[in-house]
Amino acid sequence: MSAAPLFTPPPRDPARSFQDMILTLHDFWSAEAGCVILQPYDMRMGAGTFHTATTLRALGPEPWNAAFVQPCRRPTDGRYGENPNRLQHYYQYQVILKPSPSDIQELYLKSLAAIGIDPLAHDIRFVEDDWESPTLGAWGLGWEVWCDGMEVTQFTYFQQMGGFDCKPVAGELTYGLERLAMYIQGVDNVYDLAFNSSGVSYGEVFLENEKQMSKWNFEVANTDALFDLFAKAEAECRNALSAGVPIAAYEQAVEASHVFNLLQARGVISVQERASYMGRVRDLARSSCEAYAEKMSPEWQAKYPGWSLV
Amino acid sequence: MADFLLELRCEEIPARMQAGARAELEKLFRKQMDADGISSEDLTIWSTPRRLALIARGLPSETDATSVEVKGPRVGAPDQAINGFLGRYLANREELEERNGVYFLKRLAAGRPISRVLQEAVETLVREFSWPKSMRWGEASISTDSLRWVRPLSGIVALLDGDVLECDVPGIPVGRETYGHRFHSSGPIALHHANKAHYLSILAAEKVIVDHEKRAAIIREGAAKAAADAGLTLVADEGLVIENAGLTEWPVPLLGRFDEAFLDVPPEVIQLTARVNQKYFVCEDAQGQLANAFVCTANIDPLDPAVVVDGNRKVLAARLSDARFFWEQDQKTPLAEHAKKLARITFHEKLGTVADKVERVAIMARSLCEEEDILAGDPALAEQAARLAKADLVTEMVGEFPELQGLMGGYYAAKEGLPAEVAEAIRDHYKPVGQGDDAPKAPLAVAVSLADKLDTIACFFAIDEAPTGSKDPFALRRAALGVIRLILENDLRVSLKGMITCAWSYAVFVDIVNEIRRLQSGTTGPMLLSHVGHLKPHLGFAAKSDLVSYRQVDGKVDNWSFSAMPWHQIATSIATTIDPAPVVAFFLDRLKVQQREAGVRHDLIDAVFSLGGEDDLVRLLARVHALQAFVTTEDGTNLLAGYKRAANILKKEGYEGPAGTPDPQVLASLKEGNDTIPDTGEEDPLAMVDDPDVGDILAEEARDNSALSYTPEEAEKALIDALDAAAPRAAAAVEAEKFADAMAALATLRAPIDRFFEEVTVNDAQAEKRAARLALLARFRDAVHRVADFSRIEG
Repeated sequence: MSAAPLFTPPPRDPARSFQDMILTLHDFWSAEAGCVILQPYDMRMGAGTFHTATTLRALGPEPWNAAFVQPCRRPTDGRYGENPNRLQHYYQYQVILKPSPSDIQELYLKSLAAIGIDPLAHDIRFVEDDWESPTLGAWGLGWEVWCDGMEVTQFTYFQQMGGFDCKPVAGELTYGLERLAMYIQGVDNVYDLAFNSSGVSYGEVFLENEKQMSKWNFEVANTDALFDLFAKAEAECRNALSAGVPIAAYEQAVEASHVFNLLQARGVISVQERASYMGRVRDLARSSCEAYAEKMSPEWQAKYPGWSLV
Repeated sequence: MADFLLELRCEEIPARMQAGARAELEKLFRKQMDADGISSEDLTIWSTPRRLALIARGLPSETDATSVEVKGPRVGAPDQAINGFLGRYLANREELEERNGVYFLKRLAAGRPISRVLQEAVETLVREFSWPKSMRWGEASISTDSLRWVRPLSGIVALLDGDVLECDVPGIPVGRETYGHRFHSSGPIALHHANKAHYLSILAAEKVIVDHEKRAAIIREGAAKAAADAGLTLVADEGLVIENAGLTEWPVPLLGRFDEAFLDVPPEVIQLTARVNQKYFVCEDAQGQLANAFVCTANIDPLDPAVVVDGNRKVLAARLSDARFFWEQDQKTPLAEHAKKLARITFHEKLGTVADKVERVAIMARSLCEEEDILAGDPALAEQAARLAKADLVTEMVGEFPELQGLMGGYYAAKEGLPAEVAEAIRDHYKPVGQGDDAPKAPLAVAVSLADKLDTIACFFAIDEAPTGSKDPFALRRAALGVIRLILENDLRVSLKGMITCAWSYAVFVDIVNEIRRLQSGTTGPMLLSHVGHLKPHLGFAAKSDLVSYRQVDGKVDNWSFSAMPWHQIATSIATTIDPAPVVAFFLDRLKVQQREAGVRHDLIDAVFSLGGEDDLVRLLARVHALQAFVTTEDGTNLLAGYKRAANILKKEGYEGPAGTPDPQVLASLKEGNDTIPDTGEEDPLAMVDDPDVGDILAEEARDNSALSYTPEEAEKALIDALDAAAPRAAAAVEAEKFADAMAALATLRAPIDRFFEEVTVNDAQAEKRAARLALLARFRDAVHRVADFSRIEG
């Protein structure tokens, strides 16, 4: 019996493959910061920040280092596959490091070098850009990182989440994967990106998806059903909150948020109603974060004597 | 003497905060030094995105010894207590001083070494440093008490001459090691001495230019040279120079080109896109036209500049294609169509939508041009421009770049083929915006701009939203300044009071029209100005009965015009029930602030205004200028002194005079063909002259009084003669708006009044003489008063 043939992974080629760029980032953050490499959250959401590995884990005293790709849905950004830069579905790469390490900027720059951006060949800049999400009761200070004038990453030190001070503060990095890949691969149209090294393009994977989903988002989606979904998610969030399962409540808040975005894309929410819907989503998200923090507090306090939520 | 270097390194400080941070560092350091009596004159403060540096030269090696007084036991306290006190300070009983029943002891506190003072200073200033926004970070942030900084503070260099200053900043290393450029330098670099040149040169070798002004100069000159090398001229932008200096430690300006096809987009849009989003400079060609070039400022010496430039070019191209998309998209809809969407935007909850405001402005702009002697513009075009002026607010481009409001409307109007003066009026109707901004000159632009601003001011005053103290949420002060400049710079002869009342009447009128529309469509809604308490009864009357009956007569309200409607009179009569005085006073305050910079005295403005609320700003200012020229002359100063002396005597004597003390000659001159008599306030007897019958009686009485029953003294006679000549001359000159002549007439009174006070006793024993002389002084006072209220003049 001969041994099964050994598999030796080929070297990554982030400059010519979208997936190799992602795999390189996984390798990097796994090795350099001990991150858990998570899979995307299995729900539709507008930004990687909504992933519980970011929002909920930013609360509490426990260290937490994680990295993951999160697909983001922005129904109103859909362009039927006709715009070279805008998509209603795209990917963010999120890294969350709590507490924020003192060399977080150096780590980040090293990750850029790992995917092929030489800081002596390209002009990398940290330009003031603070972040605030009233929906999540969250804010932080940081920068947008520029590479030759293009924003490639949002870099934030979370100061508050769910209305609570972050103790300790987490550092959050959000890479815009498509535009970073377009830059590295030297491509002007997102659909021309090489998805892998075997000749599959981003367009082959996603173009038809963009066309159909744009049409559905803007023209087809049954708005009565969406209004109904919103109301059901809201009710279910309350139900979960009263049953003491805030993670489940948070999921419903995320769901309500996305349904609201779809209603927006369908253009059926008036300006006056818009503020009211946003207030409702905000209320759900904040209540869920608060309930989670309060539920976890005794455990956190037991592990970290002297720590308190407020 | 010692030198001290402090370097506070942190992650990238926002560019806009760096100047403030330098000032804060200097302030806190000086405060610490002052507290220890150390003069720190030779102080240098520098900043880069990643560090704040301070170098103090020539510090003393220790602080001066200071005398300190210690409070001891009270006099008569037990010996035990007193000896205990003396023992504690190793003092003798003779050294004690008694004061208020308490012993005091003088002790000399030894000077403190500078290192100790600086140590405390560093620890304190890091703790107390105030940033516009600050944050916590890292492991220490498990407690909210952890150190706060603008971004994580990573290390401190504190050197006293050649030695590291010992200080304790929790969690932050303090030493002699600094770091150079983020990419061009690696590892820590030791600094050997707190010497300016040493610090500069060590950092320069590590590709950090620590002096922010030097970086700004490199960018300013480098960008200009990059443009010149390409045969172009840089469009100077000092704000951008400073911002880029705040984003770089090693600035390298690089010129790039963008696709010429983007030049179809208006140059302002390109410049704004490049500036705001990308912080790039733009360039002009030899003809002064925007060129397809940009200058970005890299923070590295790139391996291949072309790579960096090309990356930036792509980003700019993406931005410009967005801008071009907006530009083309917006033009698919005519401005008049865009303008319809203004009905959905609330201007203010009590003042209706932007569409309502547009209606008001349209009537006013039109009427300003209908008065031919005010503005020589076509009334119909003025109305058209006003109706379209706000339409660009709902375009994509202005949504993206709000600062392009007006400008884009102007471009779109021109593209639509509207008359050039209409496009120009749309473009310029927000002007003048700031001090450096020119006020429009073209009649239509003046009309729309003036109408827009007056409407804003009048309407916000009507709903009691006048600015108070530092609160001016609707920028009414800026609007008022705009109105003042438009009036003065275009020499517009208008009554402010009249224009404000007009603005109100148009507002009421638009309300009425809205109400009719609602009645016709069967909908209901509040009348906007009915929020104003004192308008309510009028509106209730107007709306419910008259308007309904009008509807029965003529159901059409879409093609209305102000003067053709029966209820413009109702609107006007309602508007005149509101007192414009507070608004005029508000304008006067703004005028004083504005004129202060031009060196015009506020008391002189008061002196002219108080004559009866002169509200023609052009005339008011002409009069003030003449007055200021006069009161600063010797004649003026002395006449003012004479006036005050006369006024004081009259006041002391409680002199009110007979009812008719107007100068007969003046009265006569005024009656000759001049039916516009200056409104000189209620206290002035001439106020009643408006009634011709009263005027005759007064003149008659005055003539009677002018005959003296005794022979006047020579100086007295001289003053009478001088007044007889000067008073009518001054009054006539004022009438003719020849204010310098009026002042010259007053100047002739100076010598006679001086002489009168020197030679004549007012308070004569004979009651007759005394009364006549008081009357003479009153005549003098009134003659002067007719030109300006000299009692308001300071000095």
